[in-house]
Amino acid sequence: MEIDPFIFRLSIFILSIFIGYYVVWSVTPSLHTPLMSVTNAISSVIIVGAIIASLAGNSETIFNSSNIFGFLAIVLAAVNIFGGFLVTQRMLAMYKKKKKDK
Amino acid sequence: MSANLLAIFYLISGILFILALRGLSSPETSRQGNLFGIIGMAIAIIVTFISIGNFSTGFLYLLIFLLIGGSLGAFIAFKIPMTAMPELVAGFHSLVGLAAVFVAISAFLNPEVFNLGSVGNIKIASLIEMSLGASIGAITFTGSIIAFLKLRGLMSGNPITFRGQHYLNLLLGLSVVVLIFYLCKIQLNSLFWFIILISFLLGVLLIIPIGGADMPVVISMLNSYSGWAAAGIGFTLENTALIITGALVGSSGAILSYIMCKGMNRSFFSVILGGFGGTDQKSTSKNKDQKPVKSGNADDAAFLMKNASSVIIVPGYGMAVAQAQHALREMVDALKKSGVKVSYAIHPVAGRMPGHMNVLLAEANVPYDEVFELEEINNDFANCDVAYVIGANDVTNPVAKTDPQSPIYGMPILDVEKSKSVLFVKRSLSPGYAGIDNDLFYRENTLMLFADAKKMTEDITKNL
Repeated sequence: MEIDPFIFRLSIFILSIFIGYYVVWSVTPSLHTPLMSVTNAISSVIIVGAIIASLAGNSETIFNSSNIFGFLAIVLAAVNIFGGFLVTQRMLAMYKKKKKDK
Repeated sequence: MSANLLAIFYLISGILFILALRGLSSPETSRQGNLFGIIGMAIAIIVTFISIGNFSTGFLYLLIFLLIGGSLGAFIAFKIPMTAMPELVAGFHSLVGLAAVFVAISAFLNPEVFNLGSVGNIKIASLIEMSLGASIGAITFTGSIIAFLKLRGLMSGNPITFRGQHYLNLLLGLSVVVLIFYLCKIQLNSLFWFIILISFLLGVLLIIPIGGADMPVVISMLNSYSGWAAAGIGFTLENTALIITGALVGSSGAILSYIMCKGMNRSFFSVILGGFGGTDQKSTSKNKDQKPVKSGNADDAAFLMKNASSVIIVPGYGMAVAQAQHALREMVDALKKSGVKVSYAIHPVAGRMPGHMNVLLAEANVPYDEVFELEEINNDFANCDVAYVIGANDVTNPVAKTDPQSPIYGMPILDVEKSKSVLFVKRSLSPGYAGIDNDLFYRENTLMLFADAKKMTEDITKNL
């Protein structure tokens, strides 16, 4: 008897929910806004689907409907990836400790 | 590159994303965490490129599109003022949602590419996964657009409700399920489009009844949805990185929603059903004129604070609106120079998104170890001389502890009333979001400072 690969993916999914649960509870409340922007950035890893969608298939018909949706998704995801990580970086750079001399 | 090797690389980027979130447990490690996230993303993108191995014209197009999106994103990230962070996050969520919809559509139109079968004969499991991904993505997209418009002030923050709203939503939700069922039986393209269209509509209807100050919950909820949408697509594409990330983001958003609901002592469902804080609560404001209120000016406030030994600042959404965070920091600097001990107290739902106040204070160069959460600082109010409430209201209302009839009864509040004197910066006596009068205004030890938060803070600084 063989196990459906779907079950493996489901296991990964469920275990990741647990990891997410414990990791996110340990995030300090003062960093909740950067948490939202960084989760937003990493969820744009959906771009890998967009890349496959836009490039795969025969290369003569790059602009059939399926590819176009792929390209559009790339643009959207790219806005998110760059925007999300950079704005997180910008925010995190502002969190400073009290200076010693005070 | 073999499929196995590819899967290992995706696993590595998944792990790097976990480390990115892990880094946020303290500001020290957070920057390193963000770097892990960037590396994880770079790995995922690069190995996907290599696995396709099609370095023809298509590749060039891809780079162009990536650059267009990337430079737009970078531009936004550098230009956006920190006060606009809630709407930025909402806007970004909408993009993830739409991207999920597009990828699902693309997989539906061209399933061979993803090994999902052929057009009209797609595997049932994949169909369910991609329809769910597309549906959640579509809800995220329009829902986030509405949240964006409300946060940006382009649309009224008042809840929009009508009769039978919840039944309509339920009906639409059920019809999506039914359509997915039929899509699996007869793979008709139009059914797929209908699923997406109805989900777009559902996203709008779900968010319009939710009022402005419930936005922290909404924005966390949409964060969660965008994760589940990504996970749905991850299952369709059999991609580990997407599945891991989707699960992480989904549970992160869910936890934040939970924390926000708890901060308001409201159930998740009562927030989702919406309609809270409408304008129909006139009954509570009738005795407003009868009670005496002490009001003062910047001079009085400066005098009080200068002679205090400890001051606690309580910022709220009003500080963000007035952009008073820099003025506030200057005032605190002046106080510190005269030897006053100053700390900041942040309520979990202050502002329009989780951690909103912390970011604004960080922007104004307030060291994060002077900023405290509710549980950390609440006992200190009893020993503090002056509490300076700037732009907060409902989160300081003692009614939450004393009056079981009050709509905010049971909500954890900052015990501002315990401090020796309270300075309350506010434009008028108007009630806050919950539509109820704040008892604190009429207390013996409260001095109301009627002015714009920024202007008042600057004036106080001048008088110090």
